[in-house]
Amino acid sequence: MKKDIVILIAEDNAGHFQLIKKNLWLTCVDHDILQFKNGKEILNFLFKTDTEIHMEEDKKYVLLLDIRMPQVDGLEVLKRIKDDQKLRKIPVIMLTTTSDASMIRQCYELGCSYYIVKPVDYHYFMEAVQNLGEFLSLESMRLPSLSENSN
Amino acid sequence: MKKEDVILIAEDDKGHFELIRKNLLRAGICNKTVCLADGQEILDFLFDMDKDREREYHNQEYILLLDLSIPGVDGVEVLEKIKQDTNLKKIPVVILTASDNPDIVERCHKLGCSTYIVKPTKDEDFEKTIQKIGHFLSVVEITSIR
Repeated sequence: MKKDIVILIAEDNAGHFQLIKKNLWLTCVDHDILQFKNGKEILNFLFKTDTEIHMEEDKKYVLLLDIRMPQVDGLEVLKRIKDDQKLRKIPVIMLTTTSDASMIRQCYELGCSYYIVKPVDYHYFMEAVQNLGEFLSLESMRLPSLSENSN
Repeated sequence: MKKEDVILIAEDDKGHFELIRKNLLRAGICNKTVCLADGQEILDFLFDMDKDREREYHNQEYILLLDLSIPGVDGVEVLEKIKQDTNLKKIPVVILTASDNPDIVERCHKLGCSTYIVKPTKDEDFEKTIQKIGHFLSVVEITSIR
């Protein structure tokens, strides 16, 4: 992926966020990483309802989304993104402790790209994030643009 | 991925199919792979299964690797048909194709592909790319088309 790519991480657990960030850095150092501590923060960023920081149309985004978060949960965030004509193009990867089969089905029905269950074991968790990072840093991966004039 | 999950590989180039299969194996993916060499063949395979509720295949979980330049029905149309179907839309579709046209990249993402990857021209890079896809898929959970 090229340098105009930003990885958005919606994760309320500080320990998990550090672990994800650290292991992504080990594999795809080039990308900016932004953290959002709950569903409301990420929606504010994407829908530009926050004056401080918001998404920019000339950048490309991938969202790693936790499900259990305060204020607005991940399922609602996914739904809002996939209901929006422009934002729906953003690939959303669920990264969560919830391994419930009906939750997995619901997320795919709503249009998530992939669903990853956070491994309980620390080392497996690190390995899973590194696999994710290697995948996201593939040079041959193409992400959509979010500019208005694209189809 | 569970070990009984099936990887559908829509690819008409036999050499590429073998390269994909072999490098998924190298990445530790021992899942069953099905080669579909034609757009209509993919649609028949998926939609026949979708219609026939008695078949045990129905609880099966699939991932589709899709080359857009397959003969028969165009790959973008195949993606569109899958993503418009209530059951089949749950299948993660990885586009793996030669085309690097930004309009097609946009269109596929809009239709709901999970990832768009341009096939590297050098075999060595292609092999590495498939192995990374394999490592990634090994940590992904998918769901049945039921």
